[in-house]
Amino acid sequence: MNQRVPAVSAAPAAAPALSWWRLFTSTDHKSIGLTYMGVAAVFLVLGGLEALVMRLQLAVPNNHLLVGEAYNRFLTMHGTTMIFFVLLPLLLGFTNYLLPLQIGARDMAFPRLNAFSLWLLVGGGLLLYLSPFTGSPSQGWFSYAPLSETAFTPQRGVDLWSVALIVSGYGTTLTAVNILVTGARLRAQGMLYRRLPMFAWMAWVNGFIILFALPCLTAVLMMLEVDRLLGAGLFTRGDPVLWQHYFWLFGHPEIYLLILPAWGIISEIIPVFSRKPIFGYEFVAWSSVAIAFLSFAVYAHHMFAVGLGWPVDLAFGTTSMLIAIPTGIKVFNWLATMWKGSVRYTLPMLYAAAFIVQFTFGGVSGVTFAVVPIDWQLTDTYYVVAHFHYVLFGGSLFAVLAGLHYYYPKFTGRFLDERLGRWGFWLNVIGFNGVFLVQHLLGLMGMPRRVYTYPALSGWEALNLFSTVSGFVLGVGLLVLLVNLWRSRTHGAVAGPDPWNGWTLEWLSSSPPRRENFVALPPLHSRRPLWDLKHPDDMDHVRPPRHDRQGRPIRDEEREHR
Amino acid sequence: MSAFPVFDPASSLARPITQLTSITFWLGLGVFLLVAGLLSWFMWRYRHRGAGGEPAQIFGNTRDEVGWILGAVALVGVLLFLTVRVAGQSSPDTAGPNPDVYVTAHQWYWAFRTPGGAETAGELHIPAGRRVLLDLTSADVIHDFSVPQLARKIDVIPGQHNRLWIEAAKAGTYAGECNEFCGPQHAWMRFRVIADDAASLAGAGPDSPAPTLVAGSAAAHGAQVFREVQCSACHAVQGQTSDFPHDGAVGPDLTHFASRQLMAGGVLTNTPANVQRWLKHTQQVKPGARMPTLPLSDQEINDLSAYLEALK
Ligand code: HEM
Ligand SMILES: [Cu+2]
Repeated sequence: MNQRVPAVSAAPAAAPALSWWRLFTSTDHKSIGLTYMGVAAVFLVLGGLEALVMRLQLAVPNNHLLVGEAYNRFLTMHGTTMIFFVLLPLLLGFTNYLLPLQIGARDMAFPRLNAFSLWLLVGGGLLLYLSPFTGSPSQGWFSYAPLSETAFTPQRGVDLWSVALIVSGYGTTLTAVNILVTGARLRAQGMLYRRLPMFAWMAWVNGFIILFALPCLTAVLMMLEVDRLLGAGLFTRGDPVLWQHYFWLFGHPEIYLLILPAWGIISEIIPVFSRKPIFGYEFVAWSSVAIAFLSFAVYAHHMFAVGLGWPVDLAFGTTSMLIAIPTGIKVFNWLATMWKGSVRYTLPMLYAAAFIVQFTFGGVSGVTFAVVPIDWQLTDTYYVVAHFHYVLFGGSLFAVLAGLHYYYPKFTGRFLDERLGRWGFWLNVIGFNGVFLVQHLLGLMGMPRRVYTYPALSGWEALNLFSTVSGFVLGVGLLVLLVNLWRSRTHGAVAGPDPWNGWTLEWLSSSPPRRENFVALPPLHSRRPLWDLKHPDDMDHVRPPRHDRQGRPIRDEEREHR
Repeated sequence: MSAFPVFDPASSLARPITQLTSITFWLGLGVFLLVAGLLSWFMWRYRHRGAGGEPAQIFGNTRDEVGWILGAVALVGVLLFLTVRVAGQSSPDTAGPNPDVYVTAHQWYWAFRTPGGAETAGELHIPAGRRVLLDLTSADVIHDFSVPQLARKIDVIPGQHNRLWIEAAKAGTYAGECNEFCGPQHAWMRFRVIADDAASLAGAGPDSPAPTLVAGSAAAHGAQVFREVQCSACHAVQGQTSDFPHDGAVGPDLTHFASRQLMAGGVLTNTPANVQRWLKHTQQVKPGARMPTLPLSDQEINDLSAYLEALK
């Protein structure tokens, strides 16, 4: 079989010297991707500490650690930090790093714009953490009008908070343009849309969500500033609910924007560690497109209590339930990918399994909110807090952690330490579920969210204390992870270019990849170019057709030559 | 008051929601267990057993896909059907009749007024066994009215009048609270709904007589202090004249203060000691409250609390 395997050395690349100047000026997508992740790590520590302080205040009823306004400042910073400056940069980091590698490109389409976007996001984060010096914002990350208006929240910090989000939002919007153009124009010869690796597919679809969702946020923040700085009264003399329409028209797609690339990561990991291609590629890919569309059509399910009238509520409840269908498709396809596979228990796979369990739990509790009358009872209680942490932390962040363990050898040339990694995994799983599982019960008991304290009622005290203690377990778990990430950079076992026996192009480049990514690309005839290289007698596109249980040939479309 | 109010409905408005919640819960649990079960089974059954070559490369199966899509569609269809049915039952039409009680949310307490002009705060009295129509609006920011045992919740929005039916099937005390983030004291914006068999919503009307205070008593002196040190600029006591013009928009009506169980949005139980604590350290007890800590002497605080405890 004539295969053109490019020469890649298995020798460990020397740990890259940290050159600050290079870091600040680099326009290389890999450097930018890693910087995004580093920035996210810093903010994760900040947002995590804020969460722990809040949990301390809530550990016992009638506590006096953070009373009233003080608690609300932490609440605002925690929410804003986690959503905009932890999860978003992590996922943009992965997209930046992986998209060009997976499609066989040398870099993003607009490398300088890419660097500019990164530093806009960092600038936004700095502005956010400068805002306390001008009076901490305390209006909540959702910043509902009219509470966020000068009359009720006079601190200047709110203005800085808005500017921080506008600035970083521009950065992200520009990144979306970059992602879309890169995915559309820079694919290597033979990398058809229907051969894109799953992560690349989802990251690319995500570009559209970002492009259409973020401007809604920018617009509404500007309206808020027009109110606050110029006294226009759009949300006071006008309609206070208008804020919510704009905000959630951004805010709901935002959730999918934080979960779609995470799904992409999972869709890379499960096949490789089950030694099987993803089950139902087309269904997994197209369900992402369906979700991208639907994510804009469901936003008012955050507003069922507003009193829009129940016909409106029901319409949005229906679209919200519909989203469960493409989501369910994904989950069942992941399971089917493991079916009859050969599942290896590596750290990435463990995190992926935890992701599936936790994400499914969060998804199911999400459906309860689409059942409108249940939302009328449970919205704005701790049940919601539990639900969205299951989706965003147990889902999105766990998927990212899976991805970190999976791609770390690519990033650095070395493995993460296995022992530390397992400690981190179990601490994170136990801690996370400990914190948030019991909060479903608190919600059913009627504990409102966003309260700094609560009366000593039966059941509330024990559950809150349990939640707080678990929070510290989780904190230790994340700390172990960060230590591992830092130490293994120089101490980890050497990995080589393709440590997991992968199939997509990124495993073809050296670890860490050279500046221009690839020496040469193999011919691309299928979705798994490296499988074809490794199995010259069983290549995806020339393999004799297999038959399914009903005896019909499968993957016909795979066989056509290009 | 119940530990799991959502599962302990006390009204024909909340009960269908509870049933729907249980059905959804079991369906959801089923889906979750299916996924978690399959995952555990596959991870165990198909775990890597040494190098034995690659397993069969299966790329998908359209029949399977259609199978689980139809399964999901069926589940969603069932839920949708139940949703539509219960939505109408738990949120009946509010157009038409005149509201029985006007509710105004303030940072951070609830004011309840009947069309007759009787006003209370923090405690809503309704007749048991009859639906009561509320008209809700806010004096400042968005709040949310929630009494899970009696009805669905609804936001309370400035400039907008939302309406809500509530009902208590039998006499009792039901906990309510604000559910929408509304500022520093969102945590202490609780209230109680007290349903009794006396079939009226009546409280003291605007012209009900002032409480009779024994001349020269601490309470009588307190009433004077109340008028003079600006308490009455923000608080009304019906039947009591005031030297200060006020529109009732700032502080809760205190007409029946002594008969209330809780005060200040639920921070304190209503006892003379707590009243004194409140007057002495207002901003410490409820930081950010719209009531300032007033410069009062111990004697004045004592008399004021005697007066307030006389307002039956
Ligand atoms: C990826 C990780 C996380 C994300 C994306 C996240 C996001 C958020 C957001 C957006 C809020 C605002 C909630 C609201 O609007 O009511 C919030 C609240 C909160 N989070 Fe997190 N969070 C994360 C991790 C954590 C962790 C690890 C803890 C605890 C150890 C935690 C504890 C809390 C608490 C106590 C609140 C306040 C809830 C309330 O008072 O309503 N979060 N989080
Ligand atoms: Cu409120």
